[in-house]
Amino acid sequence: MTIFPIEKIRADFPILKEKIRNKPLVYLDNAATCQKPQVVIDSISHLYTHEYANVHRGVHTLSIKSTDRYEGAREKVKDFINANSTKEIIFVRGATEAINLIASTYAKENIKHGDEILITAMEHHSNIVPWQMFCEQTGAVLKVAPINLQGELIYTEFEKLISDKTKLVSVVHMSNALGTINPVKKIIAAAKARNIPVLLDGAQAIPHMTVDVQELDCDFYAFSGHKLYAPSGIGVLYGKQALLDAMPPYQGGGDMIRKVTFEETEYNALPYKFEAGTPSIADVVGLGAAIDYLTEIGMDNIAAYEAELLEYATEKASKIEGLRIIGEAKDKGAILSFVLDKIHPHDIGTMLDSLGIAVRAGHHCAMPVMDFFEVPATARASFAMYNTKAEIDVLMDGIEQLIEVFG
Amino acid sequence: MFDDLRDLYQEVIFDHNRNPRNFRVMENADREVEGFNPLCGDRLTLFLKMDGDKIIDASFQGSGCAISTASVSLMTEIVKGKTEAEAETLFNQFHQMTTGKEDEIDLEAIGKLAVLAGVREYPARVKCATLAWHTLDAALKNEENAISTE
Repeated sequence: MTIFPIEKIRADFPILKEKIRNKPLVYLDNAATCQKPQVVIDSISHLYTHEYANVHRGVHTLSIKSTDRYEGAREKVKDFINANSTKEIIFVRGATEAINLIASTYAKENIKHGDEILITAMEHHSNIVPWQMFCEQTGAVLKVAPINLQGELIYTEFEKLISDKTKLVSVVHMSNALGTINPVKKIIAAAKARNIPVLLDGAQAIPHMTVDVQELDCDFYAFSGHKLYAPSGIGVLYGKQALLDAMPPYQGGGDMIRKVTFEETEYNALPYKFEAGTPSIADVVGLGAAIDYLTEIGMDNIAAYEAELLEYATEKASKIEGLRIIGEAKDKGAILSFVLDKIHPHDIGTMLDSLGIAVRAGHHCAMPVMDFFEVPATARASFAMYNTKAEIDVLMDGIEQLIEVFG
Repeated sequence: MFDDLRDLYQEVIFDHNRNPRNFRVMENADREVEGFNPLCGDRLTLFLKMDGDKIIDASFQGSGCAISTASVSLMTEIVKGKTEAEAETLFNQFHQMTTGKEDEIDLEAIGKLAVLAGVREYPARVKCATLAWHTLDAALKNEENAISTE
């Protein structure tokens, strides 16, 4: 096995040299958002310095360069998730917009009063609220498959909830609050057997593992750039071409049209049909740079390294008296959500911050998950490929110290 | 250790967090209002017993962080025996102390509550300290609905 180049990777992320409250930064809030490597920062600066103009418009040199960089990034995304064609890669603001896009196009066209949409009990609000809004408008029904105390989907219950009424299965690939990785292949196979399309919310999964949409055979896959070491404000909706072709457009405007008169409009081809207006050009280029960077390191190598980190952190955390890990799925990504006896997560967050450690304290945009575990909130340490065991030691020392202070 | 946090987590706060005062359900309360901070999940129910416009007893139930627990615990102590108008004045001063400028605070009037002045330096924690007081404000105005910091 090759040795993971952790020192080189850390050196690539300039923010990791920052001091927080006079202590070296220990950044463990990666499930909220990841830091950016210098190559991503530079790619944006380079575009604005040398190559920037609007895309798909002009015949002038800069517009052509800008378009090349923008479409080049689409090609990189296509390869990164192994889509069949760049027509299947729609740039959006993030996973949230991707899911909302499906709700206001695919769902609007195909899901009617009395039909059912099936999600799980571990969804992020971004995969709950758009469906609640949709159901309110249409009279469709939202069904929620339950989880067990380990934070795993109860698959048999999920299966029971699939019926002829189910018109869409929309599930999280990896839970941001618990770390649970869902058995998506099984889920997709079960849905396929009934011709039900599947949308995967991959916002949390994509930075931690190889994602191959053709192998998964999912119909839609949504993710955000900012959790993938790329800029915020950019994300991707992957969709199978046949489905995207049949869907009505999302927003109207420039770039998504082929021909406009006051009587009618002819829509543009894929993927432009779903990209109205001037897109976030520089952020797309930044996403392309992030993908190049990750591809060089290798997603499988990242997954293996992070698995080691999680195992180490879980083992150390288990030894701390009064610490309860929330989310103990067998198949789990590098997230350690926990609560401490009699110490509120917000106090944990503030205290760890004074030691330079950034963790998230709160409900992680998954209030129903908090309700299920009967906690108001959790503290969450979420790891990225640039974290180290030494940083986990700093975290665990910090936790032990604050337990002592709270007495 | 945690030296930077001494202004925020004073010993009085730890004490009230460990042993919150007036932490009980009040039978026959005249006012009962729920306060909720959706950002952190802090939730408390405040009970008041009134004699005319005078608060003769105050208690609470609920769960929250050390700052919010200490804040509500201290508040129930200090408002006992105060008139509604006096309590409102305290609310305004507390609000000033936790969000406004230091030189505008009447430290004498605010008394023990001064231990919570440190939250001013922690914008993410101000609401933890003020939840109790917003709930009291709602109770005094006789608003029956649950109040929220958001």
